[in-house]
Amino acid sequence: MSDTSLNAANSERPGRGAAPRLTGDASQADIDSIRTQTSVFVYEWPVRLWHWLNALAITVLIFTGWFIASPLPSMDFAEATFQFVMGYMRFAHFAAGMILTVGFFGRIYCAMVGNQHAKQLFYVPVWRKSWWKEVLIELRWYAFLEKMPKKYVGHNPLAQIAMFMFMTIGLSFMILTGWALYSEGAGQGSLPDQAAGWVLTLFGNSQIVHSVHHLGMWFIVIFMIIHIYAAIREDIMSRQSMVSTMISGTRTFKD
Amino acid sequence: MGKDTTQIETFYDVMRRQGITRRSFMKYCSLTAAALGLSPSFVPKIAHAMETKPRTPVIWVHGLECTCCSESFIRSAHPLAKDVVLSMISLDYDDTLMAAAGHQAEAALEETIEKYKGNYILAVEGNPPLNEDGMYCIIGGKPFVEQLRHAAEHAKAIISWGACASYGCVQAAKPNPTRATPVHKVITDKPIIKVPGCPPIAEVMTGVITYMLTFDRMPELDRQGRPAMFYSQRIHDKCYRRPHFDAGQFVEHWDDENARKGYCLYKMGCKGPTTYNACSTVRWNEGVSFPIQSGHGCIGCSEDGFWDQGSFYNRVTDLTQFGVEANADKVGMVAAGVVGAGVAAHAAVSALKAAQRKTQDKKEEA
Repeated sequence: MSDTSLNAANSERPGRGAAPRLTGDASQADIDSIRTQTSVFVYEWPVRLWHWLNALAITVLIFTGWFIASPLPSMDFAEATFQFVMGYMRFAHFAAGMILTVGFFGRIYCAMVGNQHAKQLFYVPVWRKSWWKEVLIELRWYAFLEKMPKKYVGHNPLAQIAMFMFMTIGLSFMILTGWALYSEGAGQGSLPDQAAGWVLTLFGNSQIVHSVHHLGMWFIVIFMIIHIYAAIREDIMSRQSMVSTMISGTRTFKD
Repeated sequence: MGKDTTQIETFYDVMRRQGITRRSFMKYCSLTAAALGLSPSFVPKIAHAMETKPRTPVIWVHGLECTCCSESFIRSAHPLAKDVVLSMISLDYDDTLMAAAGHQAEAALEETIEKYKGNYILAVEGNPPLNEDGMYCIIGGKPFVEQLRHAAEHAKAIISWGACASYGCVQAAKPNPTRATPVHKVITDKPIIKVPGCPPIAEVMTGVITYMLTFDRMPELDRQGRPAMFYSQRIHDKCYRRPHFDAGQFVEHWDDENARKGYCLYKMGCKGPTTYNACSTVRWNEGVSFPIQSGHGCIGCSEDGFWDQGSFYNRVTDLTQFGVEANADKVGMVAAGVVGAGVAAHAAVSALKAAQRKTQDKKEEA
């Protein structure tokens, strides 16, 4: 009822002519929609680049990591001298791990010099009362108890918790244990050994470090499932753009 | 101390007395230098030390153990092992090797401690159990832990022989009913060198002792307190089957064609990639062989808690924390499956709710 009157008012003012750059198939409803849409720039290009590089590195790491722990069936297409299956598998794992590490440090640098949204990954504002209220609202939204989700320029509170848990803590853990394992091959006294070799001593037996690094992979897999689902779902259901935001950097609000 | 020096024979004196020629002695010195990774210029230094230095008194005590360390030690294959190595140290107390027994043996221990206060090396084989006031291991009528503390008090340094003294080994495996405790957790105020392994390689044991006597100091230790010259690399790093690992050629079943060809034992649970020891270079029994060469994977006996790392034949370790036998993959797959199912269910409900709202909106509009 009120909707129709609003529409009528809108159509009275600039009318169809207000959007001359629209192609001919734009209906009255489209024009009305455009008027209510707003967008804001959120993610600078280094943050977006990091996101996709990180995603690629993690994919390679999971694939190769799986096959390092449970190698492919033995292959006998050549003498051992000319065959390097496990070697290439490990090379890809180490290379992706190094890219991930450099990317992670680059991301920390972004948080320091970039805009305010680039910092969100690295902290959880547990000291803020209003934040806890919003956590509750977001929980209710995911439990189908809220009709309308709230709008967020950056991460919603639940997403921020997940990001902090899985990325800040999870990736740090994987980088640290990963480099500790790499230092075993690099040798005592090498740079990786000096940086992360103490982790091996902390756990006592390197077999334990292998096991927790392996469990960490599943931790990241679980994050991927939740992350991709939530991004697509919220893109459809929560009145704001999600997936394209990580490509263009712009968050569009739909109403 | 000066008086003691004149009383104790030098290593060289002992060797000559036992009919060893100077030529053999020099040969021993150069082989020892090679074994320790030292340059040839150290050969005269070793010879000089052995000619002039008095023998270092050693007290060798035994706690909860199986004597495999001693068995290994007396089989040291380096030249003159039996005569020289046991003579160059002045083994003043070792209840399994000494002639004396009973009260005489205990008296010898007291005498050595009293005579060489602050100058003797304490070698510990096995470890003390701490539960029930140490009653699970009694030496000469007293708990072993008391003898250990007593002997350690005036020791110059302590050598922890084997996995027992270094990490606890089988008697400390979960649930460790006697609370068997490695030496470094009982004696905290002395320099301790760990020589793990079950048992340690004979040449590693004699090599460590020779180094300490020659240079009068501990060899360079790694973070865990093991001599770096023998424990800085994994079995895997120097394994002669490593090319098959890199090629992706593995033994898939015991006695399959690949096993006969001598492929890598990684998939059979070989712990070579997680075990620091010198087996793949020094080998055993005069360099004859080592476990992997004989077709069986490494069991990781020189690593901390090696009994608690699941089966010797699994690559991915069982996680006993989860009650039932499960490894990282099973736990991870179940968790990912649960989350995946949850996500699918959530997506379905989301779609239903959205559809429901649309029909409601339509009704309202109508």
